[in-house]
Amino acid sequence: MPLLELKKLVKDFGGLKAVNEVSFQVEKGEILGLIGPNGSGKTTIFNCINNFYPITKGDVIFKGKSIKGLKPHKVCHLGIGRTFQVVKPLARMTVLENVTASAFCRFNTIREAQKEAVRILEFCNLDNSKEKLAKSLPIGSRKRLEIARALATRPDLILLDETAAGLNPSELDEAIDLIRRIRESGITILIVEHIMKLIMSISDRIHAINFGQTIAEGSPKEVANNPAVIEAYLGEEYARS
Amino acid sequence: MKSKNITLIVLGIFFLLFPFIIRSEYYQHLVIIALMWVVIGSSWNLLAGYTGQVSFGHAIFFGVGAYTAGIFVTKLEISAWWGMLFGGFAAMLIALFVGWVCFRLRGPYFALATLAGSEIIRLVATNWESLTDGMVGILIIQSFRSKLPYYYIVLGLAAACIYAIHLVIKSKWGYYFVSIREDQDAAESLGINTTLYKNISLLISAFFAGSAGAFYMNYMAFIDPHVVFSLHYISIMAILVGIVGGVATIMGPAVGAFVMVGVQETFRSAFFGIAPRWISEAHALVFGLLVIFVIMFMANGIVGDWGKIRRVLLRSRPSA
Amino acid sequence: MTVFLQTLVAGILIGGIYSLIGIGMTLIMGVMGIINLAHGQLMMVAMYITLILFNVLNFDPYISLFIAMPCLFLLGVLIQKFLLNPLMKIESILPENQVLMTVGIGMVLTEIVRFIFSSDYKSVKTSYSSSAFFIGDISFSLPMCIAFGVALVFTALLFWFLLKTDIGRSIRATAQDKDAATLMGVNTGRITVITFGLGSALVAAAGSLLLPIFYLFPDVGGPFTLKAFVITILGGLGSTVGALVGGVVLGIAESLGATYIGMGYKEMVGFVIFVLVLVFLPGGLKRLTKI
Repeated sequence: MPLLELKKLVKDFGGLKAVNEVSFQVEKGEILGLIGPNGSGKTTIFNCINNFYPITKGDVIFKGKSIKGLKPHKVCHLGIGRTFQVVKPLARMTVLENVTASAFCRFNTIREAQKEAVRILEFCNLDNSKEKLAKSLPIGSRKRLEIARALATRPDLILLDETAAGLNPSELDEAIDLIRRIRESGITILIVEHIMKLIMSISDRIHAINFGQTIAEGSPKEVANNPAVIEAYLGEEYARS
Repeated sequence: MKSKNITLIVLGIFFLLFPFIIRSEYYQHLVIIALMWVVIGSSWNLLAGYTGQVSFGHAIFFGVGAYTAGIFVTKLEISAWWGMLFGGFAAMLIALFVGWVCFRLRGPYFALATLAGSEIIRLVATNWESLTDGMVGILIIQSFRSKLPYYYIVLGLAAACIYAIHLVIKSKWGYYFVSIREDQDAAESLGINTTLYKNISLLISAFFAGSAGAFYMNYMAFIDPHVVFSLHYISIMAILVGIVGGVATIMGPAVGAFVMVGVQETFRSAFFGIAPRWISEAHALVFGLLVIFVIMFMANGIVGDWGKIRRVLLRSRPSA
Repeated sequence: MTVFLQTLVAGILIGGIYSLIGIGMTLIMGVMGIINLAHGQLMMVAMYITLILFNVLNFDPYISLFIAMPCLFLLGVLIQKFLLNPLMKIESILPENQVLMTVGIGMVLTEIVRFIFSSDYKSVKTSYSSSAFFIGDISFSLPMCIAFGVALVFTALLFWFLLKTDIGRSIRATAQDKDAATLMGVNTGRITVITFGLGSALVAAAGSLLLPIFYLFPDVGGPFTLKAFVITILGGLGSTVGALVGGVVLGIAESLGATYIGMGYKEMVGFVIFVLVLVFLPGGLKRLTKI
């Protein structure tokens, strides 16, 4: 049984089909990369999975049960964590408070939640910034804070939305390392990424979409050589990859 | 940490002994009113400052509490002091409805609905004469002639309110409230049921505001719809108390309450009789100007902007 | 039946003025994303300007309208430029500090006027104040009909302005997406200033039109502010068409309420609509019309 399964997911924005009958499965323990040009519907898929947007048609199955129509906080409690492409730090809280707030998802006392938060911050190399206000962090740390917060909810599946965008090369390596360590800790990952180097090197499988529709799925190598994918990216990413 | 505890103990002793230090009934009255505002301001602050849901109509909860206490006497013939508890519950009941209507929606709806709500309930209180005696208002007989019992009751209420809010803020709920204020989407994605926790914050806030209203009924022994459901003198005053003292700080509203009651009384009494009479008519104008000034220059209040205030004060001294 | 028709006519006529008030509010809401809680108070100021012109220079309110409008435009511009825009730079925990500012402005305007004119009720008696004509059994109050007509003309002019002029287009662009508008070279700071001025001028027109049929005192603004935001919510935040319809709906509903439920509850009709909209039609009429 796959951990997460999208069944012919459709999302309609007033006549515009942002996502059109996309189906894929995420197996337990794997890293599935979701790629596609700008505006192809990747973030919309994320927003449909944790139900920020109501699904127009189709279904989302998590651990064998439909999670369609569940409020985002319920989805989180079931075990899906997510990050945002445009980071949403809880700006006037400290980094530790940010992560503690999300650790309350699994712990009820402040002592336990804080202990968990400290552990997660060490895992994400943020323990030096614990007492800083979230708004004062540089972009690279903010991206890691997003991940830390999602991890603190103890997810089985984490949705990473462009967590490497805007990072410099050394930060990028750090991000790749972090994602690998997350997988090693037993968490399944669904990742949206624009940077081909990153996604091609860490994904087990890749699912490519364009204009809200599936155009290819397979191993990184297969997808990279797929004519439809090359066409979708031609002139933009082709030269670089 | 230790000096903070000492300050608290000194403050506590001062407030416990205050009526024996200052014997003037006039000043005792002012402090009683200020302590009542500590309760209202703190309750507003929990909801607006910590949870980010700005209420423009805290008079709703205050007034409902006051009327519950009054109606207890006029209709049920039981002591208005029961209102301190049941007035709070009645305010929570109204809050439940307000929350149900507003918290499903994003946008300025909560602010507007509370503003509209206070007008609605004022009209109801004015027109439902069989229950509220309409514009005539409710007059009861005071339980005590001395100010002392009132002083200690409201002191206890204020202390209980501040301590309760302090506990809430240091708990999981507090973290959740602030998360909601900072970013609702993020909060939802972290597993926080934003609608539920906004309602919890509103309910706690409404309880204390209602209880303060019931105290007002007991103490002043007279209420009418225009006094207890007043936009300017209750709802806006609650906001001012919160902002002047410092939103999202525990002691902010307490400081704000004393400052605002002081300002209000200074102008109402035309600088205690020194200034010409017309000044006392300008106290609503002063209120309005204060709103503008505070938002422009002291957005985080006396407690929140303490560092900034100190710097300004120090700089103005030539020697420093 | 006559009573019903008469009530309906009165409602529609006053509704025209409500629309004018509501459109000014919704314009500001659309561009700045805030509810202007000094809206009715701005109207009150315009009414006093009209009153002075009538008492001192014997100007007809319909002529004073063309003086009151530019005055209020200027007042609106000053408020936006010096009181509201600077707030965007101030970091504050409360998201609603601009709305709060408008509350303060409203209080200050009311109290200054009270200082100058005292709390007494005032009214303007013109030769046509109580004249009316009849169609069948139904009476049409002349000043109300004029007010309704002028309100319609101003609404039409506003639509033309928003659709056909450069500034109008910039206003609509800013309302749709402020950041995008800035990137496209729109000076959004200036647009907010113009919009607030425009909204104030519109409500000033409503004030001058109301003066021959209404009485005037410093606190007259508050209830109209509340009406204006009820209209804005009913019409849908930022929707001018919605505000137009919303104003007439509110006018009719109030008029029916006063006739069939009782004068005491007339003011409540608007709030009942407000709550019903929040519960059953969140998003307002805009959800139905899509404009």
